[in-house]
Amino acid sequence: MNDKRQTLNNLLVPILSVLMGFLIGAIIMLVFNFNPIEGYSAMFKGAFGTPFYIGETLRQTAPLIMTALGFALANIAGFFNIGVAGQALLGWTGSVWFAISFPSLPSPILLPLSILAGVLAGALWAGIAGFLRAFFGVSEVIVTIMLNHTSLYTVNYLIRNVMTDSNDSTPRIPEAASLRMEWLTDLTNNSTLHAGIFISLIMAFLVWVLIKKTTTGYEIRAVGLNPMASKYAGMSTKRTIIVSMLLSGALAGLGGAMEGLGNFQNVFVQGAVPTLGFDGLAVALLGLSNPIGIIFAALLFGALKIGGSSMPLAVGVPSEVVDIVIAFIIFFVGANYVIRFFLERNKKKTAGPIEKHDSDKASGTPESLSGTEKADKKEDKE
Amino acid sequence: MNVTAVLQNVIASALIYSAPLILTALGGTFSERSGIVNVGLEGIMVMGAFSSVVFNLAMADTFGSLTPWIGMLVGGAIGFVFSFFHAVATVHWRADHIISGTVINLMAPALAVFLTNIIYGARQTDFIKARFGFFTFPVLSDIPFIGPILFTNTSLPAFVGIGIAILCWFLLFKTKFGLRLRSVGEHPQAADTLGINVYLMKYAGVLLSGFLGGMGGAIQAQAIASNFSASTIAGQGFISMAAMIFGKWNPLGAMGAAIFFGFAQSLAVTGNYIPVIQDIPSVWLQVAPYIITILALVFVIGKSRGPAANGKTYIKSK
Amino acid sequence: MSQIENVIEMRGITKQFGNFKANDNINLSVKKGEIHALLGENGAGKSTLMNILSGLLEPTSGDILVNGEKATIDSPNAANLLGIGMVHQHFMLVDDFTVTENIILGSEKTKSGFLDQKSARKEIKELSDRYGLIVDPSARVEDITVGMQQRAEILKVIYRGAEILILDEPTAVLTPQEIDELIKIMRSLTKEGKSIIIITHKLDEIKRVADRCTVIRRGKSIDTVNVKETSQQELANMMVGRSVSFKVDKVPSEPKETILSVDNITVKDSRGIEKVKGLSLEVHAGEVLGIAGIDGNGQSELIQAISGMTKVESGKITLQGKEIQNNVPRKITESGLGHIPEDRHRVGLVLPMSVEENMALQTYYKEPLSKNGFLNQGKMRSYAEKLAEEFDVRLQSVSEPIASLSGGNQQKAIIAREVDRNPSLLIAAQPTRGLDVGAIEYIHSRLIEQRDNDRAVLLVSFELDEVMNVSDRIAVMYEGKIAAIVKPEETSEEELGLLMAGSSLEKARASVENPTAEEETIHE
Repeated sequence: MNDKRQTLNNLLVPILSVLMGFLIGAIIMLVFNFNPIEGYSAMFKGAFGTPFYIGETLRQTAPLIMTALGFALANIAGFFNIGVAGQALLGWTGSVWFAISFPSLPSPILLPLSILAGVLAGALWAGIAGFLRAFFGVSEVIVTIMLNHTSLYTVNYLIRNVMTDSNDSTPRIPEAASLRMEWLTDLTNNSTLHAGIFISLIMAFLVWVLIKKTTTGYEIRAVGLNPMASKYAGMSTKRTIIVSMLLSGALAGLGGAMEGLGNFQNVFVQGAVPTLGFDGLAVALLGLSNPIGIIFAALLFGALKIGGSSMPLAVGVPSEVVDIVIAFIIFFVGANYVIRFFLERNKKKTAGPIEKHDSDKASGTPESLSGTEKADKKEDKE
Repeated sequence: MNVTAVLQNVIASALIYSAPLILTALGGTFSERSGIVNVGLEGIMVMGAFSSVVFNLAMADTFGSLTPWIGMLVGGAIGFVFSFFHAVATVHWRADHIISGTVINLMAPALAVFLTNIIYGARQTDFIKARFGFFTFPVLSDIPFIGPILFTNTSLPAFVGIGIAILCWFLLFKTKFGLRLRSVGEHPQAADTLGINVYLMKYAGVLLSGFLGGMGGAIQAQAIASNFSASTIAGQGFISMAAMIFGKWNPLGAMGAAIFFGFAQSLAVTGNYIPVIQDIPSVWLQVAPYIITILALVFVIGKSRGPAANGKTYIKSK
Repeated sequence: MSQIENVIEMRGITKQFGNFKANDNINLSVKKGEIHALLGENGAGKSTLMNILSGLLEPTSGDILVNGEKATIDSPNAANLLGIGMVHQHFMLVDDFTVTENIILGSEKTKSGFLDQKSARKEIKELSDRYGLIVDPSARVEDITVGMQQRAEILKVIYRGAEILILDEPTAVLTPQEIDELIKIMRSLTKEGKSIIIITHKLDEIKRVADRCTVIRRGKSIDTVNVKETSQQELANMMVGRSVSFKVDKVPSEPKETILSVDNITVKDSRGIEKVKGLSLEVHAGEVLGIAGIDGNGQSELIQAISGMTKVESGKITLQGKEIQNNVPRKITESGLGHIPEDRHRVGLVLPMSVEENMALQTYYKEPLSKNGFLNQGKMRSYAEKLAEEFDVRLQSVSEPIASLSGGNQQKAIIAREVDRNPSLLIAAQPTRGLDVGAIEYIHSRLIEQRDNDRAVLLVSFELDEVMNVSDRIAVMYEGKIAAIVKPEETSEEELGLLMAGSSLEKARASVENPTAEEETIHE
């Protein structure tokens, strides 16, 4: 019974956050003289209205799942990997670079190796932060923020000076390295949908297996929830930190590789690290770091992004309104103390007094998983 | 070009690029000294940049050459208001500081570009007419050698920023307010037992960071970019945060680091004229602030240098 | 003879946290110019009462009179204004600030907008000369000794014009020399007409400094006595009380070979202060060795050192003939250590995880609970169910978070996990803290059972009852060393109390047998 209430409560926070986000989006549209119903229905049509749009939405969803999984995995271990953006960019670049460097390899070799190159690039980049955290106690938040910008300038430099001769974008990857599949393209009326969505779903499943079913996952969860108890139980916190950051970066790198080998088929000079990273962070927070939650949250944000781009043409609403909605959703997820506060209060009114102590302890579960109690957890008094 | 001209050029452009960083880094210093981590500086700068450009475009005819200065204050005011979100979320709603700051960073460009779209019907604004431009100090520029290098055709906002940094240092270390603000970031329980209003001080820290960060964004827009678009602020907020850390949460240190990072940024642009530096690939100059910050964290600053209770939510017990 | 007024009167103070009454109708009155001790065991409610007086907590009911007038103390500021100042056990000092900055914080004087540190420093100098509170006003707190930090804390309170000072366990962190110093300071303060309330559970200190003493036990005020007219035994009796005695049925022990041998070890705490100072002890198969002592005398550090959670600076620890000092925890666990940690929430359990996952915490990486890196959740579940059944852990399902179990059942789960591995040495640190009678009895019988199975048990407890009833030998720990080892049948709670307070065994025996001789022994 307790379990059920818990699950319900866990679901209520993201659902209410989404509703409140949409509500604020509607208010903003009203304020600027747009019809929110028209706006949202244009968005919905733009995301799911035709096979083409469904294809685009799913294409957008795939790498979001990956960056969200990457963020979530680190988060479960107690780390705030704000660097998934940079790790994804490196994954993107690494995979494209490998693909255009070995154009003559046959597809069954080139495609996996290109993906692997992206995965490794992301993993190693995140590994820097894990290593510095484990051995020097340096905040992974600052390091990954700094690495985000470093990756942006480094990649831009590589594109202009190493991968090409002063061009702002690389040539297209060879057909053999592409994640696009003809039947998917045909099925969705020439959308950019590619095999990445299947990889993402498989990876979500694998991450779920890793976290729930393996000893490594068990260690990651234990270290994230209570480093002291983990030490008492003989786990190596340093090893766990580095392993979880490597895996986190690998997943983000895979997401980036999908952009390179699937969506864009090249890599180009950009003005900022891909929004894929921060959107992935948002997806993971909304999905409560749970792989299944992440799939749904990624689909929602994928639909918002793709559907949002139809809004300007259809009803004249600037597409940025969806980014505002996303930001507000995460704001409410982040400030879930307030939502929980009201939920608890309502429950107390209906269900009579609940022993305060126990309910406090129990609500530690979802909060810890979403990383809001990070500061407490890290108070590892050696 | 002779030596004086080269030096003048290098110093002036370093100062131009430093000015926004100085103010924003000072903002970060106030916030973190009160115990609130503010990774949302980037977003606050975006709002400051956006609002100052809107003001500038609308009012340049009325206020003439004063416009960018008033625009700077407008940017500060909007940053102040915007940072209120962060204060409420982190102080009263117990949100994770980093999540809240990230929301600020997601929200600001979305909102600003949305409003730009509404107001101007495009994703970027027109170019402003009244820019900060260059400034020559009346008397100081006549000093031999130093005058032409430091005080001729240079960035007045940077000098204002340096002045503000000195003021901030006094405010933080020599006044009652500063002592209380710092105590809240170090040991809120202790401050609480001494009757200091912990929450009020935290609000003050965050709101000041919003004001200074907003002004920083306004300077970036009106001195460097000259218009507003999604790419007007591209990492300056994060560089400012780096400057704050590198400067060990001290206003003068943060100012020094901001000038250094501004110099590094400007070299990526002006480095082509300078012998040795033109041979360094520009990428090194671009990533220098970030790499230096990481190295500083590892080797110089260590893990325990920031305010002791930074990033922790303080819950009063009753 | 003279008119003695009460500067503080607390009447019928009750403070409730949920269902728990930390203070239950407590009365306390403090006279002007006296040193008033507040005596009680850990958790008796002393600090709660003083937090109420200093405005950090609000009482659920009761009145406070300051200088004869009813007062509402709803904030530390209000307490300050009434002249009440508290020196907390964990100092409320900003490490990064200078002594001066810490002292003036919150009541700063300014000169044309700027802090006037110069005149503040002068004022601090005057105060520190007057009361012998020697500090370096411009030193940073993190660079000065604990003794000086405490003097800075006292100055902070006096600087605000406090007439009534509350000192919470002021000697807990001080060296004997610093304690002498502190006592002098306290005397000079009362000479100037200030009143002092000192919270403590050290009887010898009360005899040394206090004029009167109020004893608190389990949230209730027992009595207020004149210290001069009362012996230490009487105080000890009042503090411990005729509490329920959990007699444990047990046959005499038959100690066998040495399982654990600790040889002259030194351990520092997280702040780098030496807490275990050249301690040696042995635990044999088939016996329970109880460690008695007041909190903070190095018990926690000793256990952390044995279990590999903290570094051993010097010395040797041998478990079943193998040297284990400074091994990683897992290696020590595998050498045969079972450990019921003192803080079950912070160390013993991962609260948000399920019961079955917590039961697997020490063995998850081995067969049958996992194979090739994959957890066998079926086995984990059946193992947890088996343990829950065997150790009477009451729960709805082993998949519920362990946080939702009661404290007693959480502790039983830990004991199940640790005992089931059949360790040759079981460390039980505060195994019954905060538990109800039923759970306490159960846990005691489990510890005895281990002993009867020829395992070694090392029990650490602040509860004298528990140590007396469960142990076969009792080692009293004082200031990082074993002060004495006694047999429960040859000692008494009074004697243990004196040993825990730092008396030597001979003196303790002498004073228990001949109470009048006590005065001399205390004032050595």
